[in-house]
Amino acid sequence: MEDDAPVIYGLEFQARALTPQTAETDAIRFLVGTQSLKYDNQIHIIDFDDENNILNKNVLLHQVGEIWHISTSPADRGVLATCYNKPSDSKVLTCAAVWRMPKELEPGSHESPDDSSSTAHSLELLCHLDNTAHGSTACVMWEPTGDGKKVISLADNHILLWDLQESSGRAVLSSSASLEGKGQLKFTSGRWSPHHTGTQVATANDTTIRGWDTRSMSQIYCIENAHGQLVRDLDFNPNKQYYLASCGDDCKVRFWDTRSVTEPVKTLEEHSHWVWSIRYNHSHDQLVLTGSSDSRVILSNMVSISSEPFGHLVDDDDLSDQEERRPEEKSQEPPQDSVIATYEEHEDSVYAVDWSSADPWLFASLSYDGRLVINRVPRALKYHILL
Amino acid sequence: MAAAAAGPGPGSGPGDSPEGPEAEAPERRRKAHGMLKLYYGLSEGETAGRPPGSDPLDPTDLNGAHFDPEVYLDKLRRECPLAQLMDSETDMVRQIRALDSDMQTLVYENYNKFISATDTIRKMKNDFRKMEDEMDRLATNMAVITDFSARISATLQDRHERITKLAGVHALLRKLQFLFELPSRLTQCVELGAYGQAVRYQGRARAVLQQYQHLPSFRAIQDDCQVITARLAQQLRQRFREGGSGAPEQAECVELLLALGEPAEELCAEFLAHARGRLEAELRSLEAELGPSPPAPDVLEFTDHGGSGFVGGLCQVASAYQELFAAQGPAGAEKLAAFTRELGGRYFALVERRLAQEQGSGDNSLLVRALDRFHRRLRAPGALLAAAGLAEAATEIVERVARERLGHHLQGLRAAFLGCLTDVRQALAAPRLAGKEGPGLAELLANVASSILSHIKASLAAVHLFTAKEVSFSNKPYFRGEFCSQGVREGLIVGFIRSMCQTAQSFCDSPGEKGGATPPALLLLLSRLCLDYETATISYILTLTDEQFLVQDQSPVTPVSTLCAEARETARRLLTHYVKVQGLVISQMLRKSVETRDWLSTLEPRNVRAVMKRVVEDTTAIDVQVGLLYEEGVRKAQSSDSSKRTFSVYSSSRQQGRYAPSYTPSAPMDTNLLSNIQKLFSERIDVFSPVEFNKVSVLTGIIKISLKTLLECVRLRTFGRFGLQQVQVDCHFLQLYLWRFVADEELVHLLLDEVVASAALRCPDPVPMEPSVVEVICERG
Repeated sequence: MEDDAPVIYGLEFQARALTPQTAETDAIRFLVGTQSLKYDNQIHIIDFDDENNILNKNVLLHQVGEIWHISTSPADRGVLATCYNKPSDSKVLTCAAVWRMPKELEPGSHESPDDSSSTAHSLELLCHLDNTAHGSTACVMWEPTGDGKKVISLADNHILLWDLQESSGRAVLSSSASLEGKGQLKFTSGRWSPHHTGTQVATANDTTIRGWDTRSMSQIYCIENAHGQLVRDLDFNPNKQYYLASCGDDCKVRFWDTRSVTEPVKTLEEHSHWVWSIRYNHSHDQLVLTGSSDSRVILSNMVSISSEPFGHLVDDDDLSDQEERRPEEKSQEPPQDSVIATYEEHEDSVYAVDWSSADPWLFASLSYDGRLVINRVPRALKYHILL
Repeated sequence: MAAAAAGPGPGSGPGDSPEGPEAEAPERRRKAHGMLKLYYGLSEGETAGRPPGSDPLDPTDLNGAHFDPEVYLDKLRRECPLAQLMDSETDMVRQIRALDSDMQTLVYENYNKFISATDTIRKMKNDFRKMEDEMDRLATNMAVITDFSARISATLQDRHERITKLAGVHALLRKLQFLFELPSRLTQCVELGAYGQAVRYQGRARAVLQQYQHLPSFRAIQDDCQVITARLAQQLRQRFREGGSGAPEQAECVELLLALGEPAEELCAEFLAHARGRLEAELRSLEAELGPSPPAPDVLEFTDHGGSGFVGGLCQVASAYQELFAAQGPAGAEKLAAFTRELGGRYFALVERRLAQEQGSGDNSLLVRALDRFHRRLRAPGALLAAAGLAEAATEIVERVARERLGHHLQGLRAAFLGCLTDVRQALAAPRLAGKEGPGLAELLANVASSILSHIKASLAAVHLFTAKEVSFSNKPYFRGEFCSQGVREGLIVGFIRSMCQTAQSFCDSPGEKGGATPPALLLLLSRLCLDYETATISYILTLTDEQFLVQDQSPVTPVSTLCAEARETARRLLTHYVKVQGLVISQMLRKSVETRDWLSTLEPRNVRAVMKRVVEDTTAIDVQVGLLYEEGVRKAQSSDSSKRTFSVYSSSRQQGRYAPSYTPSAPMDTNLLSNIQKLFSERIDVFSPVEFNKVSVLTGIIKISLKTLLECVRLRTFGRFGLQQVQVDCHFLQLYLWRFVADEELVHLLLDEVVASAALRCPDPVPMEPSVVEVICERG
């Protein structure tokens, strides 16, 4: 029981940016970027010790500005990219840059937490993703399964593909595409599909979701009016290549099959305000996490559209010790999509949620007031899925 | 008796009148009483006031049977004083005198009667003697008469026998004459066409001829007859086959042929074939009336034709057949049944085609009358030919038509509802001329409600025709039970209410969701309509239905409460959707205003931004709109001065809590303590929460959505000093005007607080404006 209690960590500043350390598969580690206009911004590296239920943190200074988006390289544990506001007098421009953590903070080099808490380390700038010509960068995406050399950034209405060269020391714009249309089109978010050998990217602007082919930089599908209002976030099903989840200001979560985009496969309406973030569990894609500005995080069990078949009829027959459980399971068929849990630890709008890259049963959520909450999937459900 | 009455006991009371009949009864009773007492051995002393001599066996009882004068005298002498003795003596004397006079009167009265009786008896004796003499004379005369009569009979006996014989011979001769004349008569009859006569003659003669055919002369006659009969049969057949003549004549022919001993089997088949020809002609004419492009005699006329032509013909055929071929037994009946079934089936098919053409029309009364005729006409052959199942088939057709009519009416109601909605849309969309308001929402609502109700009533009335008493099929079990409950109540009324709810709900799920599809006023109106249905109309309509169609069926029906719950749910969803749509409109306005402005390089605020005024205006308009249809609702008690408090909070505790520059990495959960604690005490705000059915709740919902949007948008921007001040001014302005709309003004304070606090956070140089200046600007603007 005690293990299931949420672990809460408070930051001093407002924060919107949260990411797991993608390349790290052993330790549970999240990166949080702060937003402060008056003080130096920080990146908190939060290590969670699952056995002792203890949080360890390291702070990196990010002096160039407040962080709107953060993402980590899938190949190199020390490399990350941020989108940040450059403070200037007359106008606000969001830039993007690739950074390297100091060596000693990389996992593997175990160092006493006392040292790190006393001094704030600085990030080492690897390169800027120069976007002055294209406008404010909304987010930076790493090629999910790649070697950490390819990055896509979304700048206003441009989609830019960069090649990182000389061990990420230089970023070369290899290709780009832009969205033309009436009014000021602006990408709000995007996701790089882990399928199709990394050739597909989905982006959201206003109420529309678009799919792009990174080789030709051309649009491959377009979901008009995917949501009644602004689309806030997207995620690809890690196991089903055509499935996509989206969320937006109409308080809804929608699941799409990109092969037929006229109708959503499924719509959830559990939140009572805008849904800002949606994430599939990396291993068990029936688990879907959403964070909303109604200050709630909801974990849903989307059995009916997951890649895992429901029930384990064949296996269970051999297991004599499960005699008692089986009738129960059978009675639950056909699969029911349901809300597993609603987490109400936050007091302010939750702008980011994400699963840990190391432990599939653990996730973090970040609210604007700087509160980071680490939760686990309920144990009963975990065993139910595993067994 | 007179003596008994005249001799009461000496001790009887002075009130006892000695002779009155009314005195007898108590006297007798007393006697009986006395005997009973005697029997039970009661002491005499107990019967006070009773004379001791009431005992019948008492020798001293003057009226008793065992009266002994000596004892009585002794007793008197011994017991009574002199005066009483004297009294009783006078009394006794008086009584004796009375008795004497009575006796005399009686003797005088009866004396005359005795004398007249004696006279009568003497006279009777004389009369009887005379009568005896006359009787003797009568007896002698009778004997003489008998004698004469016997003699006459004996004389006439012989002649009588001869006459009888002669009469017999005469009859035989007449018969023979008939036989000899038969061939010529037959011929004559055949020539004259009097077939019936001929057949009758032939029938009379046939047996005799058969019997005496060994005699050559008879044989010749028989042969002649047979020839003629054959010819007759020939001619009859001829006439039968020609078929031009009507059914009755044909039936006659067949009857004659049968009498002539023709084979019934063959005749039966031929008869049916002929009947078929005729009936098919009827059917063809009916079909012609149907036609590909009907000249359209109305359906009533059509069923009339069918009824009189085909069904009448069928009836005639069937009854004639049953009369003629009754001897055929079940096989014949079966043949007729098959025949009827086949033709009846074709007739039904035609009728159904015709009725199908009628489906579109709105006139139920004509249709019901037509169906009634149709059904009525078929009852006759139905009774005649139970095996053919015509009546059942007809009932089935009627039922089917009734079902289809129900469906048609349901469609009609739906269409009417959609039509109403279209009208409302048009009325809402119609451009409002300046100074001239269109029909108000309340008026529109009343129009829609009354129009739907009148449509429902009209449908009910139309459908009700099917169950009218004078309609022949209304007492069929289907029309008494299932039609009323499942058909009308469930299918028509409940079905319509459900579909109405669904239609209304579909406005909530419109995929566009951009708000353009459905005018919000329509949502509001529908929501109120559904709510009205929930509170009153549904139960009214269902009661009306139940009253009109006395539902006898026991099958389960949808209870009123379920329907009401559905309607309420619909109303709730519609209202919630209305809140969302209106909230979205204002949200979009606010969002655009925040997103498109350059907040860093804005000038010092001089007045409230126009968009805020617009927001207040729109909110007021919505308030008016909702107020037309929904009640006010309750709001929390308001503090007297609400506007000042807000910003003082912002500028004191909140500010310090948020800007504490603590760089030292400290334990989790302490820096934001103040603001967090403050939040702990304020309730979590559910932005898109369900609304109640009142104005305040609706407005609260809309304002919550709008302000939350403002908050989120502000958090995405970076503000310059004057930008922050502008936000401050705007929020104060909203504060001034919006609190009056919501249930709990605290809510507006909280949200606006958050907005200003967030804007301050997003400002690198937060210098808030003086509250007094803010107030001045707001009041000016």
